[in-house]
Amino acid sequence: MASYLVRRLVMLAATLLVSSLVVFAGLSAAPGDPLTTLSGGRSLPPQTVALLVERYHLNEPFLVRYASWLGGAARGDLGVSIQLRQDVSALIAARAGTTLGLIGYAALIVVVAGVAAGLLAALRPGTVDTVVVAATAVVVAVPPFVAAMALIGVFAVGLRWLPALGDGAGLWDGVRHLTLPALALAAAAAAAVARITRTSVREELGREHVQTAVARGIPYAAVVRRHALRNAAVPIGTLTGMTVASMIALAAVVERAFGLSGLGATLVNAALSKDFAVVQGVSLVLVTAFVLVNTLVDVGAALLDPRITLGGRS
Amino acid sequence: MTGITVARRAGAGTIRRAGLGPLGTAAAGVVVVAVVLAVLGPALSPADPNASDFASAYAPPAPGHPLGFDGQGRDLLARLLEGARTSLLGPLLVVALSMAAGTALAIAAAWAGGWLDAAVSAALEVVFAFPGVLLAMLVAAVFGPGLGAAVVALAVAYVPYIARLLRGAALAERGKPYVRALEVQGAGALAICLRHLVPNLLPLIAAQATLFFGYAMVDLAIVSFFGLGVQPPDADWGVMVASGRSGVLQGYPAEALLAGGCVVVLVVAFNVLGERLPGAAGAGGRPWRRTGLRTGRRTGRRGGAA
Repeated sequence: MASYLVRRLVMLAATLLVSSLVVFAGLSAAPGDPLTTLSGGRSLPPQTVALLVERYHLNEPFLVRYASWLGGAARGDLGVSIQLRQDVSALIAARAGTTLGLIGYAALIVVVAGVAAGLLAALRPGTVDTVVVAATAVVVAVPPFVAAMALIGVFAVGLRWLPALGDGAGLWDGVRHLTLPALALAAAAAAAVARITRTSVREELGREHVQTAVARGIPYAAVVRRHALRNAAVPIGTLTGMTVASMIALAAVVERAFGLSGLGATLVNAALSKDFAVVQGVSLVLVTAFVLVNTLVDVGAALLDPRITLGGRS
Repeated sequence: MTGITVARRAGAGTIRRAGLGPLGTAAAGVVVVAVVLAVLGPALSPADPNASDFASAYAPPAPGHPLGFDGQGRDLLARLLEGARTSLLGPLLVVALSMAAGTALAIAAAWAGGWLDAAVSAALEVVFAFPGVLLAMLVAAVFGPGLGAAVVALAVAYVPYIARLLRGAALAERGKPYVRALEVQGAGALAICLRHLVPNLLPLIAAQATLFFGYAMVDLAIVSFFGLGVQPPDADWGVMVASGRSGVLQGYPAEALLAGGCVVVLVVAFNVLGERLPGAAGAGGRPWRRTGLRTGRRTGRRGGAA
């Protein structure tokens, strides 16, 4: 276990280093000189140019520039937005809450709705099972931007139950404004979790130890909870964790669709307006979060199921 | 020696998988119809997809215009047909690029073994870090928005997943007696790889390509939805969902839902087909190992394993 953790930790460090290098290298890979990229083609007064050259060490070799950028990033200094004339880290701090709330809300929906639907299908063969299987087969293929349009059309414009746009003010209003976006983000993932819950609970219910427990007269609910669901927790947990990780990138889609001012929407706007410092800063934060969540999922699965560390890499 | 001996992790289902089944056949039919419509698009089109007439903005279906009009008074059917072309061509390019690179990497690593294999495997683990959509946004910020940049970015992001999947199969194939026999006969490594390994891996490659086509379609549509892929006056399903957003808010959801519906129908078809192709057995594996795409829509295959 210890050697597995060490290996994961080394991999985590390497992954973070490489992804930060990719984020930074974009500046040098861009056509034209980095100064043009940083200014997004805007013409800047000479003192600003001098400031940018000094700040990004543009007269130094690539690795020196990278090292100083990474050092700054580690200290929370991600540069200044050309467009918004604001510190990128301050911008990220102001926008991260919306994205975190959105992903947390969506993750809750995925776990509760996904596991409940999957369990229902696994325990009630026949009509219920067929309905869940058919419904999830369709929903799993609905990408978030289509789900967003359908939800806005039905619940915001048609039925007027929930607001379609904006962040809302205060806790209750904020939750109301996040409900449709979270549903749009969670729909496909919840369907996927429902399907894997159904499959793995069915598989566990057919195992000998579960059959033995049933034959011994242990109440069926307890058998399901203690034996079937607990053993099915590894695939369910892994898939849930992976979908939450994927939401870090996909949150941008629903933020755009619902006009939320989260990190993803900030990244898209920055990419559209060529505000490169913001693109770098937000990409770095999102990639780091993505890598961290994936590592946590792997380690969590290994803690739950020792076979994984014994098996090593496939 | 030339018999098809595909590495299958699970022996069961070999015979059952010989045919596509009714659902698989229907999925194949959907794909064929979509391709035909995309190719014949301009010939079937009832109107110029970019001709706008603000007098008929959001107008309902009329004779000669079976789906009605969008917010700028452009014919929706014409735009859907026109959009089918970029929406299918983009994923095709992504899949072709990433499959070629992924297969080459996987076979090179499996063939050489030793430190090269270890290095490639370690590098692939590290490159896993980038979700495709995020990489596409970064590339669009650097090189400017456009379909080309998005295609290259997604292809790069998919290569590690494909190479990892195929490396295992290539390794199993490399260990088979016929490869040793060919080596003894003096056949060159490149010839064995190209003439025997690749053809024997082809069913697996085809099944993966089909599944990744669906993922690429969604990811490209997302990038175009952001305004970073196909550029607006051009019709594309992702662009149409984005431009249909204001229509949805005003109570005219036709454009966004039709374009989104096209994406959903084709993604379902590609998922169903990919799971039913003869090479699909390699994709299942043990449920606790990740075998799929980590950026999002891999979930379709996972869930569909039942």
